[in-house]
Order: sequence, then structure tokens, then C-alpha cells
Amino acid sequence: MKTNEEITNAIATGFPELEFYEEGSDFLNVFVPNEQLLEFIDKIRNDKDLLFDYMFCLTCVDWPDHFQMVYHLESSQHGHRLVVKVKLNDKENPKVETLSKIYRTAELHEREVYDLFGVRFINHPDLRRLFLTDDWIGHPLRKDYVDEINIIPLK
Amino acid sequence: MEQEVIVNPDGTQDYFVNMGPQHPSTHGVLRLVLTLDGENIDKVEPHLGYIHRSIEKMCEKDNYRQIIHLTDRMDYLSAHMNNHAVSLAIENALQIEVPERALYIRILMDELTRISSHTLWWGVMGMDLGAITTFLYGFRDHEYVSEIFEETCGARLTMNYNVPGGVMFDIHPNFVEHTKKFIKEFKTKLPEYDRLLSNNVIFRERTVGIGLLSKEQAISYGVTGPTGRASGFACDVRKHHPYGIYDKLDFKEILYTEGDTFHRYKARIDEMWESIKIIEQLIDNIPEGDFQAKTRNVIKLPKGEYYQRVETARGELGVFIVSDGKMSPYRLKFRSPGFSNLSALDEMARGGKISDLVATMSTLDLVVPDIDR
Repeated sequence: MKTNEEITNAIATGFPELEFYEEGSDFLNVFVPNEQLLEFIDKIRNDKDLLFDYMFCLTCVDWPDHFQMVYHLESSQHGHRLVVKVKLNDKENPKVETLSKIYRTAELHEREVYDLFGVRFINHPDLRRLFLTDDWIGHPLRKDYVDEINIIPLK
Repeated sequence: MEQEVIVNPDGTQDYFVNMGPQHPSTHGVLRLVLTLDGENIDKVEPHLGYIHRSIEKMCEKDNYRQIIHLTDRMDYLSAHMNNHAVSLAIENALQIEVPERALYIRILMDELTRISSHTLWWGVMGMDLGAITTFLYGFRDHEYVSEIFEETCGARLTMNYNVPGGVMFDIHPNFVEHTKKFIKEFKTKLPEYDRLLSNNVIFRERTVGIGLLSKEQAISYGVTGPTGRASGFACDVRKHHPYGIYDKLDFKEILYTEGDTFHRYKARIDEMWESIKIIEQLIDNIPEGDFQAKTRNVIKLPKGEYYQRVETARGELGVFIVSDGKMSPYRLKFRSPGFSNLSALDEMARGGKISDLVATMSTLDLVVPDIDR
């Protein structure tokens, strides 16, 4: 098991410009630019010392000016953890590369995020709605989602 | 079962069968679309959403005390553990010190829940494979535990017993006596379970070597709980990220390397023995004192992100809270064990027969509200 500092150093050799922080979170967090995500994940998944092979959570947060993908990763062998975050600045048409080829669990989780947030996953093998019907309009977990029938606003 | 035939360009025919949403072995409203080649399975595709209530959206409008009560409705057979997860997340965020008595009660309740969930699973698994007796036996023992819960919590299924800072009320005066009586009797029944199913020739024929899942696959699919541990993935949250007083207790993490249906079955049976061990360590030593710490009526978590992991009867439950300092979370995500476990079903069932799929699905121990949320 590596300490957060060791993980930071190990990653910084390949990706010197990344921003790390621990404040306000239970884990070590790192912001990765959208276009570097696949390369970055590929490295930390296969690096012998890091070996982040278990994705225990994949989700999205709708912030006022961007969507944020949040990937919780753990190494099943070493036990250290890392949270990878990606900012999707295009609120109209958010897109990010799929991780389903690296972590098989991502396939279903990404479909859930697509269904509820409308984030498109590039190269996803089967990007369809998961819970809602195919003709559903809108993405319910977005903050601006309006559903006058099912959601009664609190006054 | 509705069926449809599609002719491929090369003249062969793929065959689709809808299994569910109303099917006895899917244990709820889960629909699987099977692509078949004769009786062999080419692909299993789950179609979800029949019981989707958007609990995560509801959480964004509810206060933190209300959220705990919603979690009962996810994996209803692990209601205590779900409550426990949210309570822990709130306590860690606010640094609330939970009284010793409440810590003991929580673990006792969690382990009783695990036993009751596994007994029910055992009964249903037997029934899926054609043995009615196990269903009756499983439910009988499940009822014993339900009665213990009812005495203390007032509810048999959706207990809503954990609150931030402890438990809602003290245990019933009969709790210790009845739990001891149950454990004593249950210890004689577990070997009976073994005699009925584990060493039954028909049962073994249908489970040994069926529905294989390797360790690498289990990790990649995020398969946790007894299902993951039967494939050799050491993922017991109680051992690796202990919460409550699990780090002071003596119990084993059940690990098998075979990764077939039979060993997923074995893992759960062995887990019940470990739960008995945990309960026996605690039941006579429940400390006196408060059962709940004093907390504010209105709970507001400081701005930030919180993640709490808990081992439910099905695997790792994660609660991810993003707080912006208000009364309700800005975003709350439940990483439910059933959802990830289900994603590996295709991998396990491919190449097998439909009847193997039923056996495999049984050992995933799916609870559909936990998957759909």
C-alpha cells in the first residue's frame, strides 16, 4: 500500500501537470483533462506499483457550469485508492471517452450515467438508456430537469 | 416467455427469449433477453428499470435523516446495513462519537440481517433448482430473525433503526435472550442445510463447475460480496476497511478460488458460520450506557465529498455524498452491490444452458430494487 504522497509522485513522472488535492474528501483526488483520460487510466491500471484494477464507483455530478465525472479506483492487490475526476465543460453536449474496455463494470455504469445525466461515452459498445424507456425526454438527474407530473417542488 | 426468430445473413437463426420481467427465478421484476443457439446461451442482456424510483433524485430534496429511511427500500434484505452506511457517512462527516452500546447493537443487527438474508437466499436457491423443502426451511429461519427485529425495531423488513449518532431506541429486554436462543437452534440447523443441499448429488451436478468467473473478471466487473470472494477476490469491506467495531472482532474472510456456482453457495454457508461467531462474541458483552449520541435536529454536512463503504449481504455498498453545506446533499450516489454483480451475469452464463443460467443467477443473490434503485 502506497501513501497518497507516493501515489502523487509515481503519477507525476508521466503526467507532471495534473492537479492533486485531498481537502474536503476522504481520498486522494486528481483532475485529469478530458483528452488525457484514456491514456492516464491505462497507465495507472497497468503500472505494476499502482495497479488500480478495481473501479468501485463511477458516477457524475452536475455542477452549474460543468459536468464532473467521478471515478473511484482501488488496487485490489495494494489496497490504495484514488479518485479520478474529469471536467466536462460542454454542458450542451457532454462527451467523454468510455472506460468499458479497461473496467468491464464501467459498461453498465456508463449506461446509467448516460440515461440519467445525458453524458455521451465515445466508443461505448452499447450506449442506450438503462432504466428509463427509450422515448423518455430529458435526463432526470440533471439539476435543470423539469417534470411537472412526478416532481412536486418544495415551496 | 415470448420468442422471436431472426435470420442471419449466413442463413443461421438466432433465437431470442425474454426471461422475465415476471419469472419466478428472476426474484422480482428483472427482464433478461437471452440470445440462444439451440439451448445454449450466446448472450444475456439485462433490461432494467421496472422498479426504478430514482432514489438518488429524491435524496437531493430530502434531509439526511429522511435519506436513511429511503435506503431500506433498496436492498430490503440488508436494510440494517444500508441504514448503517448512510449513518456512518454522516457521523464521519460531522465527527459524531457513537456510544459503545450503539456500536455493539449495530453490528449485532447487521450480522443477524446477514444470517436472515442468507437463509432466505438458501431457501430460494434450492427452490430455483427444484427443491421445495429448502424454501420452507429457509423462510422458517428467516422468520425467527424477523421476529427478533420486530420486537426491537417494530418492523420486520424495512427497519429504519439506525440514526446518525446511534440507534433509534434501545434493544428490547428480550433481545439478548431471543438472539441466544435463535443462535443455539440455528447452529443445529446449518448442518441440516448442508445435508439437504450441499452433499446432494443432483444439486452438485447442477452447480459444480457451472457459471465460472475468474478472479480477474470479478475484479474488472466489480463483483463483490460472497460472489466475488468465491472467485478469490478479497473484497470483504469488514476486513479491509473496517467500520464500527469490526476491527476488534475475530472472524475469517471466506475465500475460494474456484469461482463456480457451487463455491458461491459454499461461501454464503460459511459466511453464516462467521456471522454466528461474531454474534457470539458480542451478545454477552453489550455495554451499558446510551444508545444514541446527542445530535442536532437539523443535520448539515460541511462542504465536501464523503464516501462510506459497508459490507451488505450482497457485497460492497458505497454511499457517495457531495455536500454543498445545505440540509440536503447536492448529489448522492449509491453504489449498490447488486448492480455490479449483475453486470457479470453475461460472462458467467455465456456458453451454458438456460437451466445453468437459473442456477448461476440464484448464487448472485439478486435483489431487484437494489439494482434499479
